[in-house]
Amino acid sequence: MKIIETKQLVKQFGGVYAVDRLSIGIEKGNITGIIGPNGSGKTTLINLLSGVLEMDSGEIIVEETKKITRISPHQAYFYGITRTFQNVRLFEQMTVLDNILVVVTKRNVFISLFEKYTKYHYKISEEVLKKVDLWEKRNQLAINLSYGQRKLLEIARTLAMKAEIYFFDEPFAGLFPEMRKIVSSVFQELIQEHKTIVLIEHDIGLIRELCDYVFIMDEGTLLAEGSPESVLEKREVIKAYVGE
Amino acid sequence: MEYLIHLAILFSIYAILGVSLNLVVGYTGLLSVTHAAFFGVGAYTTAIFLTKSDIGFFSSLIFGIVIAVVVSSLIGVVLSKFKGDYYALGTFGFNTIVFAIFLNWQNLTMGPLGISGIPKPELFGINFANNFNFLVLSFIFLFLVYFFSRFVVNSSFGRVLKAIREDEIAISVFGYNTLYFKLIIFVISSAMAAVAGSLFASYITFIDPSSFQLQESMFILVIIILGGLANLRGSLLGALFLILLPEILRFVGFPSGIEAQMRQVVYGIILILLMLYRPQGVIGEYKL
Repeated sequence: MKIIETKQLVKQFGGVYAVDRLSIGIEKGNITGIIGPNGSGKTTLINLLSGVLEMDSGEIIVEETKKITRISPHQAYFYGITRTFQNVRLFEQMTVLDNILVVVTKRNVFISLFEKYTKYHYKISEEVLKKVDLWEKRNQLAINLSYGQRKLLEIARTLAMKAEIYFFDEPFAGLFPEMRKIVSSVFQELIQEHKTIVLIEHDIGLIRELCDYVFIMDEGTLLAEGSPESVLEKREVIKAYVGE
Repeated sequence: MEYLIHLAILFSIYAILGVSLNLVVGYTGLLSVTHAAFFGVGAYTTAIFLTKSDIGFFSSLIFGIVIAVVVSSLIGVVLSKFKGDYYALGTFGFNTIVFAIFLNWQNLTMGPLGISGIPKPELFGINFANNFNFLVLSFIFLFLVYFFSRFVVNSSFGRVLKAIREDEIAISVFGYNTLYFKLIIFVISSAMAAVAGSLFASYITFIDPSSFQLQESMFILVIIILGGLANLRGSLLGALFLILLPEILRFVGFPSGIEAQMRQVVYGIILILLMLYRPQGVIGEYKL
């Protein structure tokens, strides 16, 4: 089943097409890679799918039935979508624990006034922070973490969301091998739980190793798609990356 | 002794203003410079009702809160669309508008002449014309405001406010409609400022527009930045220090002609030094 699809999706920035009539479908339970040179529209695509950017035209279809032509950032959550950011976006002057708690407590304005957190919320936070080895640092401010730890905290935050579709924007970039292993094992667990992962990544080796399916983008359009083995050998892919 | 009580009453009024503004600036990260406008709304509502009708202090206080809630809800919707520096400019504009209304709606506010002869509260036979009684009353309100604010910032709601301050886009992606959170905290904060305004009007017994201009908003901002952003006790500390500062400055012995002006200079210097060396204030938990 296609858990999320785009139909003729368009996003312009001042006349330049960042995403140009893009139609792709992402299979449920897969790890799907999106690769392409810098500026090819990968991050813009994720920003559109998570509501951070408003689409100009086209539509997004969730679970083959829910058609969306407008999506606000806070609605992505209701469609089971969550994400990390390429330039890590944490709640810096808050503790590590609060960074997690804030995404698990009640969304309703009035209910949240009468709630601090419950044992259940605390347990989820403990569980996801232990997964990324940050539980010991729970009372530190996020701003004081190292770069790698910050990236892991962002991943832990998405895990706490218990979403259906996870977008990871270059989660491995700048990570030590030890931390890469943590991220890989997090991916494995998600797939075992039949979640869907969409991964933007530049490291072709990782794409081969992790992905079931790959989309290759260039200048906002789809250049090729298929299994990593079949796609990565294509001439136009190599051309887009390294030139003639 | 009488003078100490006077200072303590002023402290409690400014502490209410500081604690309430801290909810918006320190916790939610919205740099508002319009707090004096709602302080004025509370003060004028109380002053007008107390001088032109006989509904009594507590009913006029409630009216002040209601009007502040209505006005802040309306302007809050507009302000919620602004981000960062634009938010500060938007609130600046709103304070200027409210000041202009106080100054020019002569039939209602008596314009620049101000409203005088505002009676002091009376309740259950207790007359608050006695300054000590008034002190008790203003401290009760300060406690109510302080503990309600503490309740808010310690809740999940308060955690979301901080997240909005840190990264509004990120927190909205996690399913929060930040507009409502920003609006509600702004309304709560404005209602509290109106309480301070009611106390102020009936304590001083005279108000005019000059007490509610931008400069007053800046003064409240200095209170919370000095004491510490995102720390409620910091606002108490800031209010205490800035209320006592003129008394401290007396010992410096500025010539009497420039005393008042020097006070303004000192406020300015304090703000600059803080921004340079301790942007989170004395016991603050958030750096601007």
